[in-house]
Amino acid sequence: MDFTYDDEQVALRDAVRGLATRAYGDFEQRRRVVAEDPGFSEKVWTQLAEMGLLGLPFPEEVGGVGAGPVEVGIVAAELGRVLAPEPFLTSVVLAGGLVAAAGTPEQQADVLGRLSAGEAVLAFAHHEPWGSPGPAARWSPTATTVTASDPDGTWLLGGVKEPVAHGLRADLLVVSAALPAGGTGLFLVPGDGPGVSRTGYSTYDGGRAARVAFDGAPAIRLGAPGVDQSATIVAAAAQARVAACHEALGAMEVALSATTDYLRTRKQFGVPLATFQSLTFRAADMYVSLEMARSATLWAAMVLASGDRERAAEAASRAGLQVSRSGRHIGQEAIQLHGGIAMTAEYLVGNLTARLTALDHLLGDGHHHLTTLAAGVGDYGALDPLTGRGSKEEHA
Amino acid sequence: MQLELSTEDEAFREEMRTFFTTQVPAEIRETVIAGRELGRDGYVETQRTLNAAGLAVPHWPVEWGGRDWSDLRRHLWLEEMQAAGVPAPLPFNVSMIGPVLAQFASQEMKERFLPATANLDIWWSQGFSEPDAGSDLAGLRTSAVRDGDDWIVNGQKTWTTLGQYGDWIFTLVRTDPEAKKQAGISMLLIDMTTPGLEVRPIQLIDGGHEVNEVWFTDVRVPGENLVGEVNQGWTMAKFLLGNERVGVAPVGTVKRNLARAKRLAGNQLNDPLLRARVAELENELLALELTALRVAAHSAGGEPHPASSVLKLKGTELQQAVSELVLDLAGPAAYSSGAGAGSDLPEWTHLAAPAYLNLRKASIYGGSNEIQRQIIARTILGL
Ligand SMILES: Cc1cc2nc3c(=O)[nH]c(=O)nc-3n(C[C@H](O)[C@H](O)[C@H](O)COP(=O)(O)OP(=O)(O)OC[C@H]3O[C@@H](n4cnc5c(N)ncnc54)[C@H](O)[C@@H]3O)c2cc1C
Repeated sequence: MDFTYDDEQVALRDAVRGLATRAYGDFEQRRRVVAEDPGFSEKVWTQLAEMGLLGLPFPEEVGGVGAGPVEVGIVAAELGRVLAPEPFLTSVVLAGGLVAAAGTPEQQADVLGRLSAGEAVLAFAHHEPWGSPGPAARWSPTATTVTASDPDGTWLLGGVKEPVAHGLRADLLVVSAALPAGGTGLFLVPGDGPGVSRTGYSTYDGGRAARVAFDGAPAIRLGAPGVDQSATIVAAAAQARVAACHEALGAMEVALSATTDYLRTRKQFGVPLATFQSLTFRAADMYVSLEMARSATLWAAMVLASGDRERAAEAASRAGLQVSRSGRHIGQEAIQLHGGIAMTAEYLVGNLTARLTALDHLLGDGHHHLTTLAAGVGDYGALDPLTGRGSKEEHA
Repeated sequence: MQLELSTEDEAFREEMRTFFTTQVPAEIRETVIAGRELGRDGYVETQRTLNAAGLAVPHWPVEWGGRDWSDLRRHLWLEEMQAAGVPAPLPFNVSMIGPVLAQFASQEMKERFLPATANLDIWWSQGFSEPDAGSDLAGLRTSAVRDGDDWIVNGQKTWTTLGQYGDWIFTLVRTDPEAKKQAGISMLLIDMTTPGLEVRPIQLIDGGHEVNEVWFTDVRVPGENLVGEVNQGWTMAKFLLGNERVGVAPVGTVKRNLARAKRLAGNQLNDPLLRARVAELENELLALELTALRVAAHSAGGEPHPASSVLKLKGTELQQAVSELVLDLAGPAAYSSGAGAGSDLPEWTHLAAPAYLNLRKASIYGGSNEIQRQIIARTILGL
């Protein structure tokens, strides 16, 4: 057991931090980039590719680096610190993760090769506008209203996905769709392919999303036919959730340090705000929240690295719940303790809070994870972090 | 102790409800209820409708359009107005500068400004805060220097809400730099078309433009625009800020939004966790409304009841919590914030995240919630 990064991981962190700081250390630069389509810098995307980061989680034989969830987390956290708008999380970890998990060797070599090289941006088109049986099922791993059929041996998709993060810029869409025989399949569709129409828009965190409509759009089935990919989606979502927790961690760290800096320098009533204990104690509580989130997140990354799928999903949910709570707390307090200045679009802190909110909703919010976890509390006595399991004996 | 309203008060409530739901255009009320932006004209039209019926400034002195209602009736008036989605009369006019002028201004100034203020013929902006004077308002530096009969104003105000619509701005300015902080401040009324006055937009994190910076470069203001006596501005500011606190507990609005959230939730309400969250909010809101009623029923009039800080503090927290609930109801669909017509997601999901982010302001302005706690600690608890 070791919660510290080894030398290689520290080197990775420093390298990514260097790149991220050069790109967006000046928040004005980030503002300029997100103001224009596609909402991120193609140049920075290429630099990420050159550093090997876009292929980080994928096997070497398909052009990747073969690194694990801890390294992916390190990258996500560094990008989170500067609010880098590049779609590392949704394109590489989530959509790429799905291709890595479900694709045939040829599909992996082709798609992940292009992704790793920075030649293709991917998007996962999964969320359905109020998919049946209703909003409560919104983070379900299944597709319902987007359907797939293969009338004459070619798969065709129909229906609408919205919102799809970076759905307009994406060269290749990974689409979930209900299969004729039941279950959910995964498909590859070129973004500009026939039967695909896309409407893009800006999102409140400075990102981009799109409505993507499929009208008999020809699609390539990802992986072997006849497989229900719901479990793959659960697993890939767990990977992405833990990466999202890391990104949130980066954003929370900066929100806290910006707040403590501000309390030290902002003067009201002739004294620095840090003179008021009511405020310094609240900063201390933010720190408590941050460290709780850090522990849960690092733990979840290690559970993921162990390769046990069932434990991974639960660990991702636990980290997700903690980060949801911490993120809301830290984001809201960072604004409050800054006062009016944090409400402005020009200032970093409010933007951090917006991004924390988006990350929270990406793959199941605190409420969602709490529901999942609450369903199981009767099944065990106490939780053991090292095995990640409850001990049933104790409960009996 | 008695729970029911008297027959007269009940009839009064009914009368208000009928007026608000039939006399204010449905289009305006729908805009407010949906949380869409209401432009200048919507405010103006509403306030003129209210004013014509004697419902815009009921708490002003009777000779300037006030109604001499009990605090309970004022409460019912406000609640029914918010419940119906009627945009409240512009607070800068009716809760802030109006009462100050009625209390402190010369007869001439009252005649000049009060009727126009009640009817929103003049749109007022509040020019108090400055970059270095927020919670510590007395730290303000914008200066006004005598030049014959006139004042020459230099400096910068910030956070001026809806200043882009403003005709006039009421300001606190430093008229005696030698005096102790609070003692050298005066209140000046400034025509926003005066040369040297510039309004610059500030964009907020929800993407909207509702606040501004106002810059003054050698702005010449006639001497007669001084309210009350020179260097007496702080007294008026305290009076104004006390009123500001009373008006900001949006109980009726929060109630309406919470009821709406339940409708929007649809089948998510089958989820026991969500039901528990809603029930908690409803119960807190009930306690807050009852507190507001207690304050209204017991207030002697004049000075704001000390517990009005509770209303501001808790009211804004609940307002924020309800916006957070709506955000979570939208969940991943909230990511469609920038979608326009043609989106498959309902409009309320587009608005959920910007509304949540925007409402973080509620605990900052109007005397931040920390300042409210300080008032409770000092004034009520004697600490
Ligand atoms: C959206 C918006 C609209 C506004 N509209 C207007 C307007 O129309 N006209 C106008 O004049 N002003 C307006 N304001 C300004 C508003 O009144 C100030 O933002 C507010 O007074 C807080 O000041 P500040 O932002 O400088 O924060 P600061 O005073 O710097 O406070 C920063 C933090 O420290 C806390 N704090 C400060 N002093 C103490 C203390 N002694 N003890 C404990 N905590 C303390 C605050 O509560 C806050 O959390 C608006 C503000 C916003 C955000």
